[in-house]
Amino acid sequence: MNINKVEEGIFKVLMKASTLLVLASLFLIIYSILRKGLPSLSWAMVTQTPKGGFFLGKGGGILNAIVGSLYLAGGSTILGLFISLPVALYLNIYRTKTSRFANFTRLCLDVLWGIPSIVYGAFGFAIMLLVGLKASLLAGIFTLTLMVIPIMIRAMDEVIMTVPKGLIDASYSLGATRFETSLKVVSKQVLPGILTAILISFGRSIGDAASVLFTSGFTDRIPTSLMQPAANLPLAIFFQLSTPIPEVQDRAYASALVLTLIILIISILSRIATKKFTKHKV
Amino acid sequence: MKKATEIFIPLMTDVCAEGNICVEGLNVHYGDRHALKDINITLPAKKITAIIGPSGCGKTTLLKCFNRLIDSIDGTKVTGKVMLNGEDIFDPHADVINIRKKMGLLSQRPYPLPMSIFDNVAYGPRIHGTRKKSELNQIVEYYLKEASLWDEVKDRLYTPASGLSIGQQQRLCLARGLAVKPEIILGDEPTSALDPISSAHIEEKFVEFKNKYTIVMVTHILRQAIRIADYIIFMYLGEIIEHGPAEQVLEHPKDKRTSDYIKGIIS
Repeated sequence: MNINKVEEGIFKVLMKASTLLVLASLFLIIYSILRKGLPSLSWAMVTQTPKGGFFLGKGGGILNAIVGSLYLAGGSTILGLFISLPVALYLNIYRTKTSRFANFTRLCLDVLWGIPSIVYGAFGFAIMLLVGLKASLLAGIFTLTLMVIPIMIRAMDEVIMTVPKGLIDASYSLGATRFETSLKVVSKQVLPGILTAILISFGRSIGDAASVLFTSGFTDRIPTSLMQPAANLPLAIFFQLSTPIPEVQDRAYASALVLTLIILIISILSRIATKKFTKHKV
Repeated sequence: MKKATEIFIPLMTDVCAEGNICVEGLNVHYGDRHALKDINITLPAKKITAIIGPSGCGKTTLLKCFNRLIDSIDGTKVTGKVMLNGEDIFDPHADVINIRKKMGLLSQRPYPLPMSIFDNVAYGPRIHGTRKKSELNQIVEYYLKEASLWDEVKDRLYTPASGLSIGQQQRLCLARGLAVKPEIILGDEPTSALDPISSAHIEEKFVEFKNKYTIVMVTHILRQAIRIADYIIFMYLGEIIEHGPAEQVLEHPKDKRTSDYIKGIIS
């Protein structure tokens, strides 16, 4: 038998096995969430705020955490986008490929990417003390924004790097400035990549518990202003799991199910959006 | 730096005539590499000038100097002058946007902008201040007709430009370049990615345009230069070896390297 064929066969099996392993663990997680969470998931749970303080009671729902999470993740993603896109464009369009400053910035961002979210939480808390800000939606959004910025910039940076130089030159040769080129040509060309960056950031932001633990606080109510504390799903799951009451523990799985569904919906929406926006890509 | 070599320049006059591109003592370094060595040449207005020579001889670099796209290449140092209508293109106070506006560029492979056919042609006029829809409609139609593309795309102006064939894309790039009303058309091997029929389209356009525009094109295809060029510049290893009217350079080359290139001994 041909040795090349054997080699090919072995590696093919290995690759398939790894892929299966990844898929299996994902489905196992979803299965366990569904098995424990689905029975406790009710309409009341997603439409009511909790009755009985910090989930110790069994009544009410987790609407406070759902809304809080969407506010926190949405706010930080939008704020992050306005900071990240200019930085990513600057690094690529205004700085050359061998620019030391740009590469130093990339290194810093990679380090920031790796910092655990609890450190961002502690940092955010320290800043809050400094400026006299109480645990609030605003402080939570700021802290999460700090956390997602490096992720967003680097994700956009990687796609902007792939824009062909000829395309940028084509725009320059028509008399466009770098700003016009960035805004009208590069941003359009990398729109799918920008959407992916937004999605990754949103996912990180909505799934993080540690950075908002100290900064946005926790409450049973839905915040009506940026200065009020806000609940969020990951912390709701944590608090519910920590109770000794089995029914409340099951509700933690139901909350996890809600969180997973939100991420699923966002992923599907971004896929649809990506398809819609790639039609002009060259 | 090497001292300026005395070469006979038949087109060079003391004053750079209106419309001519006059290159004076141009040197380009890419890091340690001396890419263009003391270039002195005048490119005549309203003619087709072909720059020929083997790969890596500096043809494209010279072309990129004219619209200052060379600025965006890392680690380049440019000395010398390129005069156009009494202004030095490399003057630190020169208005780069205005210089680039005067020159349309056709690159090796077409790069349509990531937008519709209409928006591609309207891109230049829009950034230079044309906002009125009716005016833009006229401009787009006029220049698509100029580039002989109108009949093929008039029913799908608002579809993505990337959906066109590569030959159509190159003509779209031509229309897009013409829409900013340039004086000069720069072609950097504009037909090298195209099929023979599309190449012929572009060549026809160049010949048709030469009364209106000054055309400078880099070409790898000697036959193309023979077909359409009025003047020929032969470059070799960063230097201009020979230049002059096309027939003179092609039929009676003075330098051995030129005749070797034309005969195909070097390429």
